Amino acid sequence: MTWTTVCRYDDLQPERGTAALIGGEQVALFRTFDGSLYAIGNQDPFTGAFVLSRGIVGTRGDIPTVASPLHKQVFDLRTGACLDDETAFVPVFAVRERDGQVEVGAR
Amino acid sequence: MVGQRFVDALRDRDARRRWRVTVLAEEPRRAYDRVNLSSYFEGAEAGDLDLVGDDCYDAGAYQLHLGEAAAAIDRTARTVTTSRGRMLSYDALVLATGSYPFVPPVAGADLPGCFVYRTLDDLDAIRAAAQRAAASTPGRRAGLVVGGGLLGLEAARALRLLGMSPHVVELAPRLMPLQVDEGGGALLRRMIEELNVTVWLGTSVREIVRDGTRLLATLADGTELDLDVVVFAAGVRPRDQLAREAGLDVAPRGGIVIDEACRTSDPGIYAIGECAYAGGRVYGLVAPGFAMAEVLADRLTGGAASFTGADISTKLKLLGVDVASFGDALATTPDALEVTVNDPVSRSYSKLVVSGDAKTLLGGVLVGDAARYGVLRPLVGRPLPGDPVTMIAPAGTGPGTGPGALPGDAHVCTCHGVTKDAICAAITDLGLTDVAAIKCETRAGTGCGSCVPALKMLLASSGVAVSRALCEHFSVGRAELFQIVRAEQITTFSELIERHGRGRGCDICKPAVASILASLGRGLHVLDGEQAALQDTNDHFLANIQRNGTYSVVPRIPGGEVTPDKLIVLGEVARDFGLYTKITGGQRIDLLGARVEQLPAIWRRLVDAGFESGQAYGKSVRTVKSCIGSTWCRYGVQDSVSLAVELELRYRGIRSPHKIKAGVSGCARECAEARSKDIGVIAAEDGWNLFVGGNGGFRPRHADLLLSGVGKPALIQTIDRFIMFYIRTADRLQRTATWLESLDGGLDYLRSVIVDDSLGIAAELDAAIERHVVTYQDEWAAVLADPAKLRRFVSFVNAPGTPDPSIEFEPERGQPRPVSLPLPRRLEVAR
Repeated sequence: MTWTTVCRYDDLQPERGTAALIGGEQVALFRTFDGSLYAIGNQDPFTGAFVLSRGIVGTRGDIPTVASPLHKQVFDLRTGACLDDETAFVPVFAVRERDGQVEVGAR
Repeated sequence: MVGQRFVDALRDRDARRRWRVTVLAEEPRRAYDRVNLSSYFEGAEAGDLDLVGDDCYDAGAYQLHLGEAAAAIDRTARTVTTSRGRMLSYDALVLATGSYPFVPPVAGADLPGCFVYRTLDDLDAIRAAAQRAAASTPGRRAGLVVGGGLLGLEAARALRLLGMSPHVVELAPRLMPLQVDEGGGALLRRMIEELNVTVWLGTSVREIVRDGTRLLATLADGTELDLDVVVFAAGVRPRDQLAREAGLDVAPRGGIVIDEACRTSDPGIYAIGECAYAGGRVYGLVAPGFAMAEVLADRLTGGAASFTGADISTKLKLLGVDVASFGDALATTPDALEVTVNDPVSRSYSKLVVSGDAKTLLGGVLVGDAARYGVLRPLVGRPLPGDPVTMIAPAGTGPGTGPGALPGDAHVCTCHGVTKDAICAAITDLGLTDVAAIKCETRAGTGCGSCVPALKMLLASSGVAVSRALCEHFSVGRAELFQIVRAEQITTFSELIERHGRGRGCDICKPAVASILASLGRGLHVLDGEQAALQDTNDHFLANIQRNGTYSVVPRIPGGEVTPDKLIVLGEVARDFGLYTKITGGQRIDLLGARVEQLPAIWRRLVDAGFESGQAYGKSVRTVKSCIGSTWCRYGVQDSVSLAVELELRYRGIRSPHKIKAGVSGCARECAEARSKDIGVIAAEDGWNLFVGGNGGFRPRHADLLLSGVGKPALIQTIDRFIMFYIRTADRLQRTATWLESLDGGLDYLRSVIVDDSLGIAAELDAAIERHVVTYQDEWAAVLADPAKLRRFVSFVNAPGTPDPSIEFEPERGQPRPVSLPLPRRLEVAR
């Protein structure tokens, strides 16, 4: 797997997402309250708009989640599965922190 | 009303339209709610009282002829001649002619200035006379109501709403002599006199004479009253003239005689409502009339329903005083015993009438506090569940105080005849969780509404926990969270969820808590510190997200007033950034299609030109719409624009449970459509009228009149308190309209809190608004001055200068429109 450096870890606000452009693909990066990193596709499967990085980050039970800012469907940050509609999903990307930098793995 | 109810009932039952129905209506308007007639002086319009569904008469089988009365019946030919000379033939004829006001034989009763209280035309005439009187001489106006029964007290309320001091004259030794006993009448009189209504009992009007522009009434005891208007509300008589002339059987003291099928002495003619004489009496209440309408609709569609008498129990709010009377209220049953609890200190009188062996409830009277009516009334004629005194004792802990004590076949809703069993079955079988759903499924609670408290108790006793939890992270609702944050001086979401919640929040609780923190002024800016992570994307980028992921920009244009120079700046900014431009309903200009990285540059131009954030993206005060007012308009009586600008600048930026819209109209023509707003101000000659709780949108609602004829300081103080009380107590995303409807005690309660300060919190509410006014800052100017906040406005963290490549536009009517985005793949799921 090849890793692309995206930004400094400190550039990510806790419990907020941000979008990155990696090889023409839009990735939504999240840093949760406990410091974990997640990366999913930025496109909202319900509207086609590239906005998931702008959703509200939270939890459902023990699952770390983001809610689409358009119609509030909730996605599992670990798997990309939509928790409100079993037919919808978003892709998941590998993500890690190295020397204070955030890196996303290309598929 | 009864006629319309019959039509509705027949439409429900006769789905195959075997009957063709022609309705002749003497009045020039459709059937309206006479029970709530006095609300006409409270801001209700004729349309608000209308009882006719929009689709009722559009089908060919149902026709309505307004302003055309039935003039004569030819029973042999089976025809009716109308007041317009038309002749209609019938298979069945239904008389629902109602009653006419009884005017006692008093000299001068026909003078100008003397009225009856029956129709909207009567009310228009009374209002016109009150306005003429107010225009001719200064000072408080006085009106006399003849009759101290239900109708008379309604009329007294109407006069009060017109700004008059009412006198009420009643021949009997107490008010509401048919419903209330002596003890209840005494408390009722006391509470009504506290409202500046002067009550004259055991006397009558001897004569009325004209004295210049005034009326002078002399009572039987010689008292002279100087008056502007006199309203006769001394009871009604059945309108049976048509039946008499047709030779139908009529009771000696009036009323068309009918049998249990509502049939008159002619088998082809029926009578229902107040014109009918059924089972030895005429019913002057609407509920028995409705029951007759249902019986007749059933009979005409092949059923065998019977009208065998009706419950004349009643619960009313008269001039704000609760009065209920049920069963044998006046203890006329032989050997009946009366059990009374009279508490003049807490203003509550309760009496139960029980059988001689104290085992069966026969009836009762409640004055001041009628909360137990819904529980007691269905027990009439049934074994008492316990000691009668404990059932009306102030603590209310005795047996039989909850609807759980009711037998299953007892009618909880008498208007629609819905039993406790039917309601409980609907709750459990259909999984109903609130009163609205019960109303929808069973019709219980949709008549007079007096059983709604009982419905709530049945919900609770059915084990339905009506959850007030905000979401899975907090087990309390927004209002409780507000109190917690306020009382415990909490300043962050993390602190709050650690102490009072679980998990890390979601898209429901986070924005709600962000709003609470902002309303309480915790953190000066909505994007300060941890608060930034709580905000919905709109508040996070201080703009409104649109379907393609772009944002719209709406600068504040207070009161809709804008200079040409500023208008030019808006045009230039829209042109230079390629934005779609549209005028909003709130009298400002929406610039759409901005990408996140464009927002700071757009706002730099706007702030430099003197614009500030319009908070169109927030749950906050939006616009104060105005007409051009007295400055320019030849009809305007007050300067609506200046007031709108002042109000908008006062409340700009304040965060609230939902958006708040306002409007100011400079005269009664209401061009600003203020009554569709949360806060509506309408100019009057003598000051401002304040309306609250209006709404457009999904469920339109006209705002209710809260204050009339006040000066600006009192107006602003009341709006301050209204906004802050709403912010403190409303649910998440609850507009003021539903909040007001959900308040226990409704508008009267609201008025007591924010006008009379009954909770002693007015000073706190005032101070909270004052703090907001002093600390207000423009959110966008603050972002432009803060490099850390500005850094968030990029499409891509690793390519800050790159715009989102998915956003594309195509031209339409000379402006950009978004190109729709292709949807990604979905999973196939086996079902």
